[in-house]
Amino acid sequence: MFLINCPYCGERDQSEFSCGGEAHIVRPKQPTELSDNQWAEYLFMRKNIKGVQFERWNHAHGCRKWFNMVRDTSNDKIHAVYKMGEKPPVE
Amino acid sequence: MTKFRVNKTKHVDQTKTVSFNFDGKSYHGFDGDTLASALLSNGVHLVGRSFKYHRPRGIMSCGSEEPNAICQINEDTDLTEPNVRATEIELYEGLKASSQNCWPSVNFDIGGINNFISPFIPAGFYYKTFMWPKSFWKKIYEPLIRWSAGLGKSPTKPDPELYDHKHVHCDVLIIGGGISGIIASKIAAKNNLRTILIEDKNILGGSTIFQKNENYKINNKYSSEWLDEEIAELQKLDNLTIKTRTSLAAYHSYNYLLAKENISDHLPLDKRNGDIRQRLWKIRADKVLVATGAIERPLVFNNNDRPGIMLANSVKKYLDFYGVSCGFNNVIFTNNDSAYETAVSLKEKGISVEIIDIRKKSNSKIVKNAEKLGVKIYWNSTIVNTFGHRKINSIEIMNLSEDGSNVVGDKNRINCDCLAVSGGWTPMVHMHTQSGGKLDFRENDQTFIPTEIDENHINVGSCNGDFELEEIINNTNKKVKNFLKVSETEFDNTSVLNSKELDKRNIWLLPNYISDGKCKSFIDFQNDSTAKDIKLALREGFKSIEHVKRYTTTGMATDQGKLSNMHALGIIADTAGVKMGTLGTTTFRPPFTPLTFGSIVGRSVGKFFDIIRKTSIHEWHSQNNAKFENVGQWKRPWYYPINDEGLHDAVQRESKAARDSAGILDASTLGKIDIQGTDASEFLNRVYTNAWSKLGIGKCRYGLMLNEDGMVYDDGVTTRLGENHYLMTTTTGGAANVLSKLEDYLQTEWPELDVYLTSVTDHYSTASICGPNSKKILTKIFPDKDFSDEAFPHMSYQNAKIDEINCRIMRISFTGELSYEINIESKYGKSLWEKCIEVGKEFKITPYGTETMHLLRAEKGFIIVGQDTDGTMTPIDLQMDWIVSKKKYDFIGKRSLYRSDTIREDRKQLVGLLTDDPNEVLEEGAQIVSDVNKKPIEMIGHVTSSYFSPNLNKSIALAVVKSGKKMNGQKLIVPMENKNIIVTVSDSVFLDKENKRIYA
Ligand SMILES: [Zn+2]
Repeated sequence: MFLINCPYCGERDQSEFSCGGEAHIVRPKQPTELSDNQWAEYLFMRKNIKGVQFERWNHAHGCRKWFNMVRDTSNDKIHAVYKMGEKPPVE
Repeated sequence: MTKFRVNKTKHVDQTKTVSFNFDGKSYHGFDGDTLASALLSNGVHLVGRSFKYHRPRGIMSCGSEEPNAICQINEDTDLTEPNVRATEIELYEGLKASSQNCWPSVNFDIGGINNFISPFIPAGFYYKTFMWPKSFWKKIYEPLIRWSAGLGKSPTKPDPELYDHKHVHCDVLIIGGGISGIIASKIAAKNNLRTILIEDKNILGGSTIFQKNENYKINNKYSSEWLDEEIAELQKLDNLTIKTRTSLAAYHSYNYLLAKENISDHLPLDKRNGDIRQRLWKIRADKVLVATGAIERPLVFNNNDRPGIMLANSVKKYLDFYGVSCGFNNVIFTNNDSAYETAVSLKEKGISVEIIDIRKKSNSKIVKNAEKLGVKIYWNSTIVNTFGHRKINSIEIMNLSEDGSNVVGDKNRINCDCLAVSGGWTPMVHMHTQSGGKLDFRENDQTFIPTEIDENHINVGSCNGDFELEEIINNTNKKVKNFLKVSETEFDNTSVLNSKELDKRNIWLLPNYISDGKCKSFIDFQNDSTAKDIKLALREGFKSIEHVKRYTTTGMATDQGKLSNMHALGIIADTAGVKMGTLGTTTFRPPFTPLTFGSIVGRSVGKFFDIIRKTSIHEWHSQNNAKFENVGQWKRPWYYPINDEGLHDAVQRESKAARDSAGILDASTLGKIDIQGTDASEFLNRVYTNAWSKLGIGKCRYGLMLNEDGMVYDDGVTTRLGENHYLMTTTTGGAANVLSKLEDYLQTEWPELDVYLTSVTDHYSTASICGPNSKKILTKIFPDKDFSDEAFPHMSYQNAKIDEINCRIMRISFTGELSYEINIESKYGKSLWEKCIEVGKEFKITPYGTETMHLLRAEKGFIIVGQDTDGTMTPIDLQMDWIVSKKKYDFIGKRSLYRSDTIREDRKQLVGLLTDDPNEVLEEGAQIVSDVNKKPIEMIGHVTSSYFSPNLNKSIALAVVKSGKKMNGQKLIVPMENKNIIVTVSDSVFLDKENKRIYA
């Protein structure tokens, strides 16, 4: 059970949050210009890394804000949390 | 006092007699006993039968590692509990306990026959034997296994006890109240840290608390006396919370731990007063100190499982702590020094004891002490057999060969009534590994030792591999100082005297003159697996410890192999000729000891199991005989039977009334989202498939929302309240998800949009009035309002007042009738409703529930998201092409509408179905086929909604059918159990295709 440092509220129990999958997948600005394959790449393809992964999290039972998290999936160490739109920290 | 109670101790109050019942027989023990110590004080060793072979088994240990003494307590009461360890049950007046795994009785057991056919129950027996025929499984094998296995009986009635959950935060959590836990707690609490110490026993002190031996002294006091003083000081510390009878169940990441506190389990049933029985503590600690100690290992030799064979340190605890001698003619079988403490304790009390030691010699102080007391020691020897059916009565020993791989010389028989074994110590690393910690293997004493993982968690004491008193005290002190960043402590100059173990010898499987195959050398006592089983598994090709474990079921019982895992590993390593450290260990998973379901669910039972949401009009519905259905967490009126009307009759009546005159529905549960901001119109454009920019203020529009994959996600009517202000409605069940999906897009994809979303579902109540007379009713409620089509057209909204209370009236329709929805602040919902009913009386206004609502909309061919769609339907599949804007450049899901898969023409599409027999009502969910003769029969779709329509006087249905769009007029078949129902594909709008009724 993680202790997550919400960038808006501070440390809270994991039960207040929900995970929204891989981060930094930007919705294409011009979907109509894309081929089926390019659209499918956006729509379906997600990484499932053993190791450091960038994830979206939502403080669902708190401030309801979305933010990003860098987490090592092999030991659940949270390396960083940062607001939406902010640059991911360099490893 | 019984003859086995040989010693007075301060931990058991021998002035307070406690009577209890075991297997139907009455006994006496004392206050302070456990069930196990009380049984032993009565000379009772045999307490159960083993799981597979039904061999007689006795009490083996004094703690949570106990594999044999597993009981059913308080059978035939609501409070009965199976699989409870007798070693952990504190004795109380009137306790009733019984053995498990035996029928008809522990002394005569029919299943014991398995013992004689045991050569035929090898490893994997269950996998190999009960494979075929398949039909045997349900009727023969499973009942047989369940009957003979008998892992206790579940209670049959609801648990009457109360359970509780509590969250707690602390600076330091210390797990285990033995000597190192006590030292750590004192240092932490004295350094201004909020500290919690948890201990699973009812008193602190671990095994040091009954250690009164010349060879183990701290500051020139007996170690038990020294510890007593420390504990007394500990009780005075303000910063420290001590939780006894509290066992750690789970250690999760980020120092989140669960611990179960037993509050009333030790009290007689009549003294429990309905208070909380157990509390589950949810602890978040800055720092965690694990001081869980070590478990003594048994030794693996032929027939090592008879009643009377116990762990050596447990024998010592029964003697020195409970005052109970487990036998009068004791033999100790050991490979290490610690068992000599037991010998010294026994001998000092004048009880006969001899020692069999597999080592060749030892010159440590404690060994010399035992020799001086006249204890006979058989060096370099091993036990090759034991005798005695219901209790051990003798053993046979032989000398070991030089390398320990064989036995040599003559057999020597020794009589005994208790055999205390010690195979060394295993650090309790369960908590460390649960939290994600790794282990290192230490060759010297064949133990797995924790590797420290982070700065917020350490292990101290014997769970960290420190077994000698001096090491324990000094290393604990040093580690805790470092961990808590403390520069000096009162333990810095503690003088410790202890006997040091100088000689070690370890043999995982002791050799025998009898062949392997004929030896019953048990490793896992609870699951009855033997060394032979492990070897067989290896011969059959299993290599990984995890596979061997599952195949032989070693370590898979309720004790999770606390006593067996190390031997299993050792024997695998020896047999396979590999180094033990390379094998890795099995994974320990929570809970450390089994938890009651009660403690897991806490207060979330009965009406607290889930949230129940009721509209403000709920009370009226109840008083008017409504039957309710659950929609998400909401209770919605389903139908309102009059007298003894059933569902069908009530719905037919309600539906007819709604179309003939007027009906009223509580629509308060529909999700409502208030949308404001300068970009609100643009936002709606992006989330709905149709266009929103041109919607005038005061107008309403139906919208369909897709997922990015193009599939219908939700629908509802949205009203433009102002230039930058909308009220969106969603389906009842989808409200929360829609809000979070919209928030997601706003925050992550379109942060540039100036839009604010607020859930207002609970803020407004909604009465929906429909039917040709609805306009007249509205006019009576709002006499000042002009409800003409010109002044108040369909799909528009207006503000109004009832007695100064603001309302919003929307003229929208989900039934196809002329229809109005009145929204009012929730607290006035019931008054509004009652007013509508009152005013509507002359028009026979009829309240209707969800079932009628579903029927009415189906007549009109309106879909219900989640009933007619299932996450695989596009708007095109639903034949709702009209709602998908061709002009908009983008909206959620647009691009997916022309993926190669979504433009397939043979997708399932929404159609209407009419049965050839108009009275035949299809079953929702029924499969649809076109040809019953061609095998295998192809399923081409299924029925999604089906009703008998009183307004059309025939059966109607909606269905999704492959290529359904092109099938209008075509005959299809709905095969049922007894007949094939012939249906004709039709338009999905059955009533009023011209939309005349909404202008009635
Ligand atoms: Zn937050």
